[in-house]
Amino acid sequence: MFRNQYDTDVTTWSPAGRLFQVEYAMEAMKQGSAAIGLRSKTHVVLGCVNKANSELSSHQKKIFKVDDHIGLAIAGLTADGRVLSRYMRNECINYNFTYESPLPVGRLVVQLADKAQVCTQRSWKRPYGVGLLVAGLDESGAHLYYNCPSGNYFEYQAFAIGSRSQAAKTYLERRFENFTDSSRDDLVKDAITAIRETLQGETLKSSICTIAVVGVGEPFHILDQGTVQQIIDTFEIAAEQEGPAAEPDAATGRDTAAEQGTAADQGGSTDEGVAPMDI
Amino acid sequence: MPKQQANWSPYDNNGGSCVAVAGADYCVIAADTRMSTGYIILTRDYSKICKLADKCVMASSGFQADVKALQKHLAARHLIYQHQHSKQMSCPAMAQLLSNTLYYKRFFPYYSFNVLGGLDNEGKGCVFTYDAVGSYEKVGYSSQGSGSTLIMPFLDNQLKSPSPLLLPVQDAVTPLAEAEAVDLVKTVFASASERDIYTGDKLEIVVINADGIRREYMDLRKD
Repeated sequence: MFRNQYDTDVTTWSPAGRLFQVEYAMEAMKQGSAAIGLRSKTHVVLGCVNKANSELSSHQKKIFKVDDHIGLAIAGLTADGRVLSRYMRNECINYNFTYESPLPVGRLVVQLADKAQVCTQRSWKRPYGVGLLVAGLDESGAHLYYNCPSGNYFEYQAFAIGSRSQAAKTYLERRFENFTDSSRDDLVKDAITAIRETLQGETLKSSICTIAVVGVGEPFHILDQGTVQQIIDTFEIAAEQEGPAAEPDAATGRDTAAEQGTAADQGGSTDEGVAPMDI
Repeated sequence: MPKQQANWSPYDNNGGSCVAVAGADYCVIAADTRMSTGYIILTRDYSKICKLADKCVMASSGFQADVKALQKHLAARHLIYQHQHSKQMSCPAMAQLLSNTLYYKRFFPYYSFNVLGGLDNEGKGCVFTYDAVGSYEKVGYSSQGSGSTLIMPFLDNQLKSPSPLLLPVQDAVTPLAEAEAVDLVKTVFASASERDIYTGDKLEIVVINADGIRREYMDLRKD
């Protein structure tokens, strides 16, 4: 109703105190294919679902390396994400040049958030239509941040963004307490499982997902397809042994003999904020 | 008031010599580790050699503050290249970048005399030699720095191929084997240390070949 009257301009408030253009930008982010991130004390894993326009085209690049110790996954307008990752790379390079040390993740994320905020307060600009999951390692440990188009940023233990991310979030919520002390390999397995949740029954193959890892002694890098497929194969063997599963909403935990490391139990779900910017 | 002369210079010469020799499938880059100013030795253990890319190493003598700044600049540019191209810069590409970077400061130059050594895209050794403002050439061997006037004639004697007018055209790489080239470099520095006061202490040798990069050290005269 009233939404349409106050949504022409990013610099126009609605009577309810909302900036609709910014909220629409968040919608754009929700349309993008899913990206998930989770962290332990020493490692952070990012994963995303690859979307391709058609069988003939290559899939969109959604995970970017920013520096040896920082990487990001995006959901939403890929072009915006690409531009932001270029900005982040430059910031890291410049900081390193001046201080001969890696840019702390928290600082980069704030700079990114401030950059996003500018676009919410200039009439000749538009907000970035992309949500970023920034994974990084610095002196204070492993970090996973979520930057949204509104200019807000949050630190997470685990998070998922993009379309059908709620399924992944539900899975992550159940398991996140274990993540801090997880081993690197378990973390990767959890990431792949979380991605599977978003696929809603589609077969999980290494060609439709991308996984990246950063950790202590391990610079940020994207795992190659072969490695990912191997891990997926270990699940599938486990799933077959448990019986005909393929339950998208992670009901596999209820099957017997669920000692295969990736079985998930049912649990409660969190609430999504009303006005997205107020989370 | 009579015209005043500058009583301060932004430059200083920290001395030292650098050498690079290219082979069919390897490249040897070497430099001494003495850093001096005037008649004073600042340190006997300073590396003039910098790895710019997987198969590309630069040795620079001159004003080490400018050298350091130049190395950092190139390292940053290389990172950008890697982000954009998802691969390392080749030695010839780095050679061009170095030339452009030096010329960029044509009117306040980097006081840095460089030799770039590495493997080209086919795995053949290549050496590029520069002046302070970026004029460069691909050669089979080169030396720069305070000892270069002593070293270069010796290298010419040992390595220079017959006149280019002689057919067939000879390759710009030495026919020496890797071990022979390393030996030659050691001999050359030992000789230069005898007469050049700015060259000595220790010799750092870097060898690039298909297996990767290897580092070696040799003691030189400390006087």
